[in-house]
Amino acid sequence: MAGIVGYGAFIPRKRITAEEIARQWGKDPETIRKGLLLKEKSVPGIDEDTITISVEAGGDAITRAGIDPLKIGAVYIGSESHPYAVKPSGTVLIDALGIGPDVHVADFEFACKAGSEAMFVSLGLVESGRVEYAMGIGADTSQGAPDDALEFSASAGGAAFIFGKENLLADVLETYSFTSDTPDFWRREGEFYPRHGGRFTGEPAYFKHVLSATRAILDKTGLKPSDFRYAVFHMPNGKFPQQAGKKLGFTQKQMETGWIVPTMGNTYSGSSPTGLAAILDVAEPDDLILMTSFGSGAGSDSFVFKATELLPKRQPLGRTVRSMLDGPKHYVTYGQYAKLRDKIIVNE
Amino acid sequence: MPSPRYWREVPSRLRLEAARCSSCGKVNYPPRPICPGCRGEKSEPTTLSKTAKIITSTVIHIAPDDFLFEAPYAIAIVETPEGARFMSQVVDCDPSSIGPGTDVSLEFRLIRKEARSGILCYGFKAVPTASWEG
Ligand SMILES: [Zn+2]
Repeated sequence: MAGIVGYGAFIPRKRITAEEIARQWGKDPETIRKGLLLKEKSVPGIDEDTITISVEAGGDAITRAGIDPLKIGAVYIGSESHPYAVKPSGTVLIDALGIGPDVHVADFEFACKAGSEAMFVSLGLVESGRVEYAMGIGADTSQGAPDDALEFSASAGGAAFIFGKENLLADVLETYSFTSDTPDFWRREGEFYPRHGGRFTGEPAYFKHVLSATRAILDKTGLKPSDFRYAVFHMPNGKFPQQAGKKLGFTQKQMETGWIVPTMGNTYSGSSPTGLAAILDVAEPDDLILMTSFGSGAGSDSFVFKATELLPKRQPLGRTVRSMLDGPKHYVTYGQYAKLRDKIIVNE
Repeated sequence: MPSPRYWREVPSRLRLEAARCSSCGKVNYPPRPICPGCRGEKSEPTTLSKTAKIITSTVIHIAPDDFLFEAPYAIAIVETPEGARFMSQVVDCDPSSIGPGTDVSLEFRLIRKEARSGILCYGFKAVPTASWEG
């Protein structure tokens, strides 16, 4: 059996409220709050990016795992906001966390599901016996174009998971992936902001893939929604995961813990993985946990986890997602936000 | 910071690797071949804790070009429990709220960018520990 032996998350402390963004563009904040169920989102500092978020999350994952970082044989960071176009984010991370140089490193990309992709490959390498431990990370500091609906959701954060075969915190009971060519959201090489197909992002994209992957993994495992204590779905906004969960037969109670989007925003590759970290922060032995990611383009990865006896002992060894969402926050104005997000042009 | 120098400093900048002098016990950061405390030439590698205390600090209002968007910001000399002292920016706080004695955590951050197309230099910055308490 292979599974998660350590996990960690990181969310920057800066926030911007939906009101503040709405005011800037003369929009009604109530429509955002009630329509998309978004109150505020995290904003990366000028010195925070996918690499810094991954290092902070990965450091907590190593602490919770209690392993020698040199034993980690593979590191994959999934993101759509890698700071370099050419030079893997993982190269900085393995030196920062003392993992290298005897390690396989690659950066992954698949819109919002690059994180679960990194987890899937890490798990497979550990199961095959090719490496003893592997780390999969999903992190992003994504941007929405000014005055675009995405500006209310695109935020910063991520989570890291170390997979191994011994001293598991959560067993992986099953995985399932569902992928098709669906042009719902994309960014061409060299473009600064992504583009999306408006309403097209819902039914044929998000819902089709999330529902198909989840139904297939339930079918494969013979489990029913009521067997699970927790479930988390990719969170592009507050509404979509709630609708998907309800269609599948999950209750608000099962989804509440992982549904962190109203105050975090959509951390893209870090979205469902950070929701999973929030669940692992409080889960008890034998709890069944479902996670289904979604990445535009499009695809979904589903995982079924089962918490072990060891999990509660390791939970306090790192920062919890809740402590970062509810802890000290620094609210920024739209002007400060524009400055932090490189939306203002200055001379070199 | 030219790329080769940044690369040479990776162990101390990215991993907080320091050296403990074998004769007087002083922790030197970054490691040096000769201990500035006793001129000793032997040392053991050690790693600094990711916590520190501010010894002294100041607020920068007129920033150099690279830090234009960050002003006003605080910089401080911090001391880790091992006794190593170094200069660090203090972030995620009101710069006027910190001073000697403030407890800080060291957090992994982007230190600077070599212009628009150059390399990205990473390392640690100080964040008041109170920023973590909910
Ligand atoms: Zn000495």
